[in-house]
Amino acid sequence: MVLIDTSSASVTTRKLTTAKAMVEGISQEMELDQSVFVLGEDVGAYGGIFSSTTGLLEKFGPKRVLDTPISETAFMGLATGAAVEGMRPIVELMFVDFFGVCMDQIYNHMAKIHYESGGNVKVPLVLMTAVGGGYSDGAQHSQCLWGTFAHLPGLKVVVPSNPFDAKGLMISAIRDDNPVVYMFHKGVMGLPWMAKNPRSLGAVPEQSYEVPIGKASVVRTGKDVTIISLSLSVHHALDAADELATQGVDCEVIDLRSLVPLDRGTILESAGKTGRVLVVDEDYKSFGLSGEIAAVICESDPRLLKVPFARLAVPDVPIPYSRTLEYAVLPTADRIISEIKHLMG
Amino acid sequence: MDSQTRLGLYKTMVLSRSFEEAILRDYHADKKPAWDIGAGLIPGEMHLSAGQEPVAAGVCAHLTADDAVTATHRPHHFAIAHGMDLRLLAAEIFGRETGLGKGRGGHMHLFDPSTHFSCSGIIAEGYPPALGQAFAFKRQGKDRVAVAVTGEGAANQGGFHESVNLASLWKLPVVFVIEDNDWAISVPRDSSTSIRSNAVRASSYGIRGARIQDNSVEGVWDAAKTAIEKARAGEGPSLIEVHTVRLWGHFEGDAQAYRDDLGSLIDPIPAYASQLESDGVLTTELAGKILKEAKRQVDDAVEFAKSSPLPSAADAEKYVFA
Repeated sequence: MVLIDTSSASVTTRKLTTAKAMVEGISQEMELDQSVFVLGEDVGAYGGIFSSTTGLLEKFGPKRVLDTPISETAFMGLATGAAVEGMRPIVELMFVDFFGVCMDQIYNHMAKIHYESGGNVKVPLVLMTAVGGGYSDGAQHSQCLWGTFAHLPGLKVVVPSNPFDAKGLMISAIRDDNPVVYMFHKGVMGLPWMAKNPRSLGAVPEQSYEVPIGKASVVRTGKDVTIISLSLSVHHALDAADELATQGVDCEVIDLRSLVPLDRGTILESAGKTGRVLVVDEDYKSFGLSGEIAAVICESDPRLLKVPFARLAVPDVPIPYSRTLEYAVLPTADRIISEIKHLMG
Repeated sequence: MDSQTRLGLYKTMVLSRSFEEAILRDYHADKKPAWDIGAGLIPGEMHLSAGQEPVAAGVCAHLTADDAVTATHRPHHFAIAHGMDLRLLAAEIFGRETGLGKGRGGHMHLFDPSTHFSCSGIIAEGYPPALGQAFAFKRQGKDRVAVAVTGEGAANQGGFHESVNLASLWKLPVVFVIEDNDWAISVPRDSSTSIRSNAVRASSYGIRGARIQDNSVEGVWDAAKTAIEKARAGEGPSLIEVHTVRLWGHFEGDAQAYRDDLGSLIDPIPAYASQLESDGVLTTELAGKILKEAKRQVDDAVEFAKSSPLPSAADAEKYVFA
């Protein structure tokens, strides 16, 4: 096992998109471990609708990269059964929004078997799924829903925001003996057919390495205010921090990377340092991640904060189709700047 | 069929029934006078399989511990026929630390790695994991098979249809078993299912389907032999539906007021005993010995369970993750 922190990514100058970094992680593990295989809808010849499996079929063949029928219950359960028998499946749910047709296999089976068996049966698999909006795909193809998965016991949940973490977290997820839900935002993949932030392209070491599950990353240090975020919203937070720096506000930005386990230590340390916290979350606002982080701080010591806790999340409405409406509900750099200015008084 | 095989089927059924009669006694023993489902040595829902033993005995006679079985919320007869350790089974039902799942699972959630047995409390959802076990067996290049069990009510669930289609498409070594006991809790088959035989549904997915009409353990044994041999030979999945009988309620405490067939039910175990006796395979004396031995094993298992410690409350959060 090689552990590399984001800070040492500078040792390599090779740059990959998040999608290519993910695929490289999968490919290297498939070379190492014959029990790893990939299944899902359009993961073969198409290479994954969001390029999460590009080239794997050509490299490993149809016995290890399998297109499935549109039968999510059957193939989710198949992944669980294969994992129980010692294989390490990577199963793709094309959009997280589709979980409704197969959630029983996810939350009642893959998530609970280890517990119900008293630890006697392990379910080592990766459930990877595309999340997020911003490209007018409407209410059934634009959700994040990580709070839903993180709420249910028995699933680890990781959400990379950049190429380096995407590869390292994928390798960690494959090697983990638990079901790991790996949620990639379409907007961080660096797809040629979708507007992208420059942070979707980044330095990625060629060798295999792990990014530890359960460890947040302080992607920008600052002393005035802490922005806690994940996935594409980290890009927006960093853009906002760059702009705010020119106005004399020094932001610390935390990329959670994992929701389960949640790195409470890093959250509390930063909250204690700056005394001001804004959570930026592309998932729905109520009963979710942003409220959970507020609770983590309150349960520890509400006096850590000098000003009231703030959150910027999707209000409790379905994601709208029309661009003006969609961008009225999604977190953006401009909206983050406005929230921070409010926090700074 | 040779006499030893026939006696083996009989012994399996007797062991299963003896076990469930013991569970039945202890389940109800301390829930009176005010019946409280959550009270007593065995709390919670209890779905017993009395009457359906021929299905489990006939199928599992062809399996080894290397083969997988995924069963339903009514799992005991399959667990026992597939060779689960009775002590571990009983201890789990009694919620003890020595149980299969250390008291975390309960009677609908039995996971036994040593016999590749599992079950699910969700209708039809035991089918998909069986595909994965069969997939792994096929990849390993071994002739192991997975048996997936549901009731007839499950054959109207999407998970059933998705699974049969995918197993057929990928030629997975799976044998689908449907226990048609006529009742989906209180809804009769005629009110839930548009066709008379689910074997027809098998053929619509391009696999072999058979329906055993009379809850005959030997009929099940024959059909399962063919299906399992074909699966082992790489010839893909099959489906067997057995018209069986639910002698007791959906769960214990079910008054079954909705049921008008209770007077006409045939208990398959004495019926099979009579058949074996008239064929000269079983004597009254031998039947007594078989019953005595079954009760000895059951008593041992129940005693083990009752004398085992309950899990520590401090460990409730243990085993969420590996």
